[in-house]
Amino acid sequence: MIEHPRADELIEAVAGWVESIRPHLNPRDAFLSRVAVNALNAVKRELVQGPAAEAAAVARLSALLGVEGDLKTLNAELCERLRQGAMDVSTPGLLAALKAGIEDQIAIDQPSYVSVKVR
Amino acid sequence: MEVDIPAALNALAPKLGGTAVEKAQRLTGGASMETWAFTLVGGGEPRPLILRRRSVPMDPETSRSATMAAEAALIRAAEHAGAPVAPLVRLCQPEDGLGEGHITGFVAGETLGRKIVADPKFDTVRPHLARQCGQILARIHTIPAGAAPLATADAQGELDRYEAIYRSSGAERPILEMAIQHMRRNLPPPLPNVVLHGDFRNGNMMFDPDRGVAAVLDWELAHVGDPAEDLGWLCVNSWRFGRADRPVGGFGEYQDLLEGYIEAGGAEIPLSRVLFWQALGSLKWGIMCLMMYSSYATGATNSVERPMIGRRVSETEIDLVNLLEAGL
Repeated sequence: MIEHPRADELIEAVAGWVESIRPHLNPRDAFLSRVAVNALNAVKRELVQGPAAEAAAVARLSALLGVEGDLKTLNAELCERLRQGAMDVSTPGLLAALKAGIEDQIAIDQPSYVSVKVR
Repeated sequence: MEVDIPAALNALAPKLGGTAVEKAQRLTGGASMETWAFTLVGGGEPRPLILRRRSVPMDPETSRSATMAAEAALIRAAEHAGAPVAPLVRLCQPEDGLGEGHITGFVAGETLGRKIVADPKFDTVRPHLARQCGQILARIHTIPAGAAPLATADAQGELDRYEAIYRSSGAERPILEMAIQHMRRNLPPPLPNVVLHGDFRNGNMMFDPDRGVAAVLDWELAHVGDPAEDLGWLCVNSWRFGRADRPVGGFGEYQDLLEGYIEAGGAEIPLSRVLFWQALGSLKWGIMCLMMYSSYATGATNSVERPMIGRRVSETEIDLVNLLEAGL
């Protein structure tokens, strides 16, 4: 992999440039430029955090389902069991596994998102 | 087809009671609807007005939007019912050259949700907003079902509809799958249907720092259904703008919302029913985000907004996990 520059550095540079031109844009484009910067930052986080998050998800789902496979396969298997009713909210370990996975995903997609708390 | 909106508005000025239109500008936000602000001149005092028009043709298969004509009729009915609205000025006609749309009065204030929850200028009014929203919803829910042609959907119907959209998206999202199955087994007992705003949330209201809610906007998702749907939708965490600790719109408490609803003549609704609809709201928003991403993936639209909305599915998933963990 080329490291001079790394992919995340290229993304950072482009995001910085978009930020720099925003003040000169009309309101609609200024809004879209903000979305564009958010997209670039999500890609950057995915490049950096994605591989470890995926490995952890594979390990969790393998343990939960008792089968081996890549993330796509394991995910499809879990969805199938939920659809068939073989697993549900009360299945031991299920909510904890899903919560750990979605916390890793939100850290990539929207790290500042504050999730709901129910009293 | 690209339409020259400022030119079309200018040509329409005489029918609006003026001679010309100035300062026509598209406002930010809205992926399927366009909002334009403009000023009508030549008829006495310059009059600020708002145009809302559909920027992409309505897809009756995937959209449940009310027609602009229905929306216009509802705005009138809501005003009659005592809910604050931006009054209707004109329902656009084909010869107006603006497509499907309507023109309303401009109501001053703030719509940006994050400002409502955080800007110090709303500190004084903020503690009153949840109760006020409850009162307004009770009034909206008195609109006669015959006021406009609207679709009907109860909890079962909404789940069926969104599950079908989810299935057709081809996505495999375990949390959405789990939530669908769980809610299907825990549907609330039916209640008499009422006319719902359908998108009553922080972001679709105009707030005034002194008076609170100055106008309820964006009536395109109005339909007939469970009264708790509108209350639950307002509490979906995606519209709390970082203030997850204030469940009603990021500005208030459940109890104030429910009390306000009763004060203005609404039925007593248990919190558990609002929480069910809040969770169903998160599920629906998650699936809507998937759908908006699909419109990019299939090449139907190419705005940067659409694919990025796809990355908001995870926010609904983390909320659903937390709601299910809390024993919803």
